[in-house]
Amino acid sequence: MQILHFLSLVFELLISLVVWLLLAPLLPGIVNKVKAWVACRKGPRLFQLYYDLAKLWKRGVVLSDLASPGFIAATAVSWIAILAAALLIPLGPVNSLMSFSGDALLLLYLLALSRFCTSWAALETGSAFEGMGTAREVSFAILTETALITAVLTLALKSSSLTLSLMLTPTPGAGTLLLISGLFAALLAESCRVPVDDPNTHLELTMIHEAMILDHSGPLLAASLHGAAMKLLLFSVLLVKIVLPLGELSGIESTVYLIAGIVLVCIAVGLVESFLARYAFKKVPLFLTTAFLFCFFALLTAWKGFAQ
Amino acid sequence: MNSLLNVLIGLAIGLNLVALGTGRLQALIRIVALQGVILGCVPLLIKPDFNIIIWVFTLITVLMKGFVIPSLLRWASRAANVDRDVAPMIGFVPSLLLGSAGMIAALMLSFQLPLLPEHHGSLLVGGSMATIIAGFLLLVGRSKAIAQICGYLVLENGIYLFGLLLVHSIPLLVEAGILLDLIVGIFVAGIVLDRIQRTFDSLDTRKLNILKE
Repeated sequence: MQILHFLSLVFELLISLVVWLLLAPLLPGIVNKVKAWVACRKGPRLFQLYYDLAKLWKRGVVLSDLASPGFIAATAVSWIAILAAALLIPLGPVNSLMSFSGDALLLLYLLALSRFCTSWAALETGSAFEGMGTAREVSFAILTETALITAVLTLALKSSSLTLSLMLTPTPGAGTLLLISGLFAALLAESCRVPVDDPNTHLELTMIHEAMILDHSGPLLAASLHGAAMKLLLFSVLLVKIVLPLGELSGIESTVYLIAGIVLVCIAVGLVESFLARYAFKKVPLFLTTAFLFCFFALLTAWKGFAQ
Repeated sequence: MNSLLNVLIGLAIGLNLVALGTGRLQALIRIVALQGVILGCVPLLIKPDFNIIIWVFTLITVLMKGFVIPSLLRWASRAANVDRDVAPMIGFVPSLLLGSAGMIAALMLSFQLPLLPEHHGSLLVGGSMATIIAGFLLLVGRSKAIAQICGYLVLENGIYLFGLLLVHSIPLLVEAGILLDLIVGIFVAGIVLDRIQRTFDSLDTRKLNILKE
């Protein structure tokens, strides 16, 4: 009996690792396909990021003379922190690996750790552009993290627990609508998508996240790109699990709904990227404050129960 | 009926925040017009029994607040040839935060007030106070005269919403009179705007202190 339990644990770990590691690079591919379709182009292949990652993995690393070993360590820690955060989230039929009271807080802290390490690695290179990108990323992150913390508080208040598997159950009402809008804006900001940052830009002066990884090369760049894709998947799963009651469905149904939901989120991101231009830096705080306010009003409705 | 009323008032409160966050004059005028139309429909929900006076009053309010006043404002801004930006004195993020803080305070206060039983669970009082606060913020936080007029209109929307509490005892004729005042006020303001523009080459009210000399 003990062995069976152990085997099922190992099996679940393998499945979630496969999902998070192997399926995450598909999401930017879907977003790019949607953008290409809207613009009536053919666009890059769906699996383009896989080819890019494989190519980068084979290449050597060029290191700045100023960089200490911390440059490599920080990039690695940043990637591992995102993976660890992802493993905390229950995926439809597969339970999360570790589920304990307070894992929602751990999720927030792991995301913050990942950002801290990316910023650290960026500053290690000693380049002015990296410093500029870091300053922007960190100052916008203050607002995004406020929105995220408020969203987690809202979910905690609604379910009166701090366990992610219990918190991620949808409740109907106006509050959920507010929360979805706020979280979607936070998703766009966290995964460096269009109204906040442009993943395709090649002009250093307008970059945010891309400016931080300008001096990363080879496997380190692969880790950064893969980490960003995992972050996008993580936030899409969060968003889908807040909307759809996956816990009440059977295994296959919930998997299908989860995948459909994630694809829908990607399509929404692609449509936003196609129809919106990147905001000027002055306007980004306003956008993120709006996201925070959406989450905050969701918190209020969860707390006071009005507007129901 | 109360829940639909709350949805309408909630929309109006949301529009307050949009108005505080927008940077374009034309968008601001459109938002204020939309808020006027939404709030203009509220009397129909408060007095659901069919009453020709209420219907006529609603129609007039919606027409005036949704179409006549905005077109007056657009005419004034075209005549004065103003730029598209509202030129905030209080920045967009601070005014948005202040507006939402005011809104939360107003709603919390309205839940504490000893209201009539028929107004329990309704957002009328809280919504009207939140709208008044937002209008006041727009009035003091924007430097362009047209944006200040929009702030005044939002303020008036809040007062109008508060007046609807008394709809059972005060005849709507009083509200209609206020509406007429409003139209005349906006009309006069349009002429004043034109004068300000001619004298100062700008609608920035901060420059008006030259008059002191």
